Amino acid sequence: MALGWYLAVSVLIFCIGSGGVLVRRNPLVILLCLELMLNAGNLALVTFARMHGGEAGQIFALIVMVVAACEVTVGLGLIVAISRRNLPIDVDELHELNG
Amino acid sequence: MSAALFFIAAIIAIIGAIGVVTLRNPLYAVLALVCHLVALAALFLLLRAEFVAAAQVVVYAGAVMVLYVFVVAYVGGGDEIKAGNSLRILGPMFAVALAIELFIAMLGTGLSGIKGHGARYKLGFGDPEHIGKLFLTDYLFAFEVASLLLLVAAIGAIVLARRRRGLEDDDVDFKTIRATPRPAYTGTIAEAVGVRRVLEQLEQAHGGASELVGAPRDSEAEDES
Amino acid sequence: MSPTTWGWLVLLFPLLGTITIGLGFRTYSRAAGVIGTAAIGLAFVCAVGALISLLGRSGAHREVVSSLWNYDVSGGVDAGFQILVDPISVFMMLVVTGVSTLIHLYSTAYMRSDEGYSRYFAYLNYFVLSMLILVLGGNFVMLIIGWAFVGAASYLLISFWYRRSSATGAGIKAFVINVLGDVGLVLGTFFIFRHTHTVSFLGSFAAAPHVFHNDSTDLVAGCLLFLVGAFAKSAQVPLHTWLPDAMEGPTPVSSLIHAATMVTAGVYLIVRLHPLFQLAPTAGEVGAIIGCATLLIAGTIALVVTDIKRVIAYSTMSQIGYMIMGASAGAYSAALFHLMTHAFFKALLFMAAGSIIGAMAGSQSLDRMSGFRKAMPFTFACFIVGGLALSGIPPFSGWLSKDDIIAYLNNRGGVYEVLGILGYVGALLTGLYTFRMIFRAFFGDPSPEAVELEHGHIAHAEVPTNPANGEVEDTEVGFPGPEHVIAEREPAMKVAMGLLALAAVVGGFLQLPGVDHVIQNFLSTSLSDAPLASAAHEPSSSSAWAGLIIGAVIGLVGITMAYGVWVRRPGTAAKFQAALPWLHDFLVNKWYFDEAIDLVVVRPALAIGRFAQSVLERIVISGGVTGGVTGVVRSGSAAVRRAQTGVLRFYAAAVILGLSAVVLYFLISST
Repeated sequence: MALGWYLAVSVLIFCIGSGGVLVRRNPLVILLCLELMLNAGNLALVTFARMHGGEAGQIFALIVMVVAACEVTVGLGLIVAISRRNLPIDVDELHELNG
Repeated sequence: MSAALFFIAAIIAIIGAIGVVTLRNPLYAVLALVCHLVALAALFLLLRAEFVAAAQVVVYAGAVMVLYVFVVAYVGGGDEIKAGNSLRILGPMFAVALAIELFIAMLGTGLSGIKGHGARYKLGFGDPEHIGKLFLTDYLFAFEVASLLLLVAAIGAIVLARRRRGLEDDDVDFKTIRATPRPAYTGTIAEAVGVRRVLEQLEQAHGGASELVGAPRDSEAEDES
Repeated sequence: MSPTTWGWLVLLFPLLGTITIGLGFRTYSRAAGVIGTAAIGLAFVCAVGALISLLGRSGAHREVVSSLWNYDVSGGVDAGFQILVDPISVFMMLVVTGVSTLIHLYSTAYMRSDEGYSRYFAYLNYFVLSMLILVLGGNFVMLIIGWAFVGAASYLLISFWYRRSSATGAGIKAFVINVLGDVGLVLGTFFIFRHTHTVSFLGSFAAAPHVFHNDSTDLVAGCLLFLVGAFAKSAQVPLHTWLPDAMEGPTPVSSLIHAATMVTAGVYLIVRLHPLFQLAPTAGEVGAIIGCATLLIAGTIALVVTDIKRVIAYSTMSQIGYMIMGASAGAYSAALFHLMTHAFFKALLFMAAGSIIGAMAGSQSLDRMSGFRKAMPFTFACFIVGGLALSGIPPFSGWLSKDDIIAYLNNRGGVYEVLGILGYVGALLTGLYTFRMIFRAFFGDPSPEAVELEHGHIAHAEVPTNPANGEVEDTEVGFPGPEHVIAEREPAMKVAMGLLALAAVVGGFLQLPGVDHVIQNFLSTSLSDAPLASAAHEPSSSSAWAGLIIGAVIGLVGITMAYGVWVRRPGTAAKFQAALPWLHDFLVNKWYFDEAIDLVVVRPALAIGRFAQSVLERIVISGGVTGGVTGVVRSGSAAVRRAQTGVLRFYAAAVILGLSAVVLYFLISST
């Protein structure tokens, strides 16, 4: 397949993921949508690696995976802490950091 | 052949993505994401990134998603109503606008190589051996930083989610903890001065002095520090 | 020693006196008076030394300049701390220091019980220092410095009894009008400096004939501005309203500052700057006309006021009108001669008035004084001597000096002759009001205070009150002391008044027309460049004597009229008052000058201030500028704050929007 198709898929998944971040209210699901966006980025990176014949893109994708894992860890830790204080698991309700 | 595989994998990936975004139950959303991840691994394989595909399945779909499942089970969530404000309409609109822009950018800019199938590559492109060698030579710094990042994230997660002793109940009285006399010459200067002054007043009132200050409460005081 | 060394010594002693008394005012009690008098006495001795050393030089070398250091060298101005010792300044120095010494002596007794005794002498020494700087100054800058210092000293001394609101108000009034004069003086200096490019007197005078043609606009403008300064300082119309109010100060202050020295600074100014005034005859005419107007206006007001000090104050205004008239017309030596004799008899009159006010326990109203002739013979004699000198009766000094001026004016002809005739009218008025004061205070049935004094005991008010408005006060610091003194019992006062009386009697013989012209000859070397002062304009001996005789006759007529109205037929004045009430009101209200100034100057200024506060300050600046700026910032930040909702998804939407914008930008820029 022409590599442009892969990039198109990547774009689609990225935009679906961003739409999900904007629409969903459960922070867990928002994190999932973030994962979608990260994966879309990974796909684009690997595509470009294939395009130019070097493995730099794949290395980058692996690092992105590491970062995603860390981010999920910390984010889920936050959500656990929130739920332990019996606060509603709803990003619209948790808006105290406003000005 | 590869085209058919590509389309199957792509469609599964997209369906999975849509599932993540639209499914009510977070557990179902997690499962949809797992499906999506596996499809993406297939796409990676098509792009000759074998190690990345394997890492995707093992690490991402295997470990991260399992963690997700645990947390969803612990936290719950259940059904939720959709977004009740303007973002319900504007959100998808922004996403669509972004998609259009990116499509135009991708297709209209004449990126060389989009039409092609990729450059010629050596044997072993995407092999774990090659990736490993690159990690330990050219990209050593990124490798080390990534491991540091993992360490920090792990500690952070523990700190965030631990159960702090005593903070659950409201019965604990901070005043009694503060007023507990500390062993002599411990604690902050202010505490030492404050405690000592009180004790001096007590000595003057009652006569007689005691060398060791606050001995019986030692263990609890050390626990606080 | 050279004249300038004496000149610096003359400045040094009052300076030392001021500093010593000023810094040590807490430690000194009676010593302050001794120190102050000694300082001015030494200054007088040095002034005499300067005179002798100046006389030792020949005519052309009698203008000596000495500069201590460069005071202000910048932008073309080269002003040194410079004194000019020449006959004019030596003459003024002698008058100032001589009369000041006697007044200091008088004050040691008069202010004896006042709590602010040392403060008084510090201020008085400071005043003498400033006046000496003024007359000794060798360039415009020193003149302005002295001028300003003298204004400050006048303010300090008028509001000496500072807990009296009437006194502080009067001090402020004097100072404000003085500042107007300062402005005129400084602006006049600029007008002259612009063309002569030097501030020193001798340099300006040398350059003036070459730089200014006759009656050039800049020169006339400069001279008119100088005249504004002179009028403010010398209390001429319309800047005269401060002088009657300045009588709030202690009586020795009135006698020194507001009779003998400060108010004559305007006359000194015109005489000093005579080369400039010679080239601008227009300014001279203006000065002469204003001087004449003042002497008539003041004379009429003095006929009706009842405060004894204010009668003498208006008399001062009138006599200075004569001096200004003479100096503007060109009779420089005559004007200075009258300045000297006026200093003698006016200071004497004020001192005597202080004595009778002491006898009245502080009251100054002529309505309550009568019949003090038997009780206070010495004061009565001093009043008679001063009054006769003032009215121009031979052989007293005032007769010779005043008629010297009028004779010169008549000789000059033209508009000046008219002014001279008006001067004779003024002389009539002078005799009238002077002896009105004397006859009312000393003749007639003795008042209760006079009766008490005849029994040997000075009257004492139970509750001290402000004589001007009757407010009750105490005798602590800031108010007059509890003791009242009269001249008959104080040797210091007697000595001072006696010496002045002697000077008032014999001082005139320095300038007898046709016999000796001591002052004129002495000043002639400084006035050599003044065509108006040359022999061509001097009235001949015969016409001078004719003028003298006419003046004497008019003075006697005035005294006789006063005798008739106030002694022989005591009800006449009341009948006049009843017949012409509007005239009486007009004169008692001082020709409504205060009201006119209030209407024309004070109220618009207050209105502008109020407008500025309510509109400009409140609305434009506080509301518009500062309020507007803060309002813009506040609303801007409020608008920005609305973006911080705290809702996660809004932030996410913002990120995505931003991303789209960036991508769009790159899209567009790459095509």
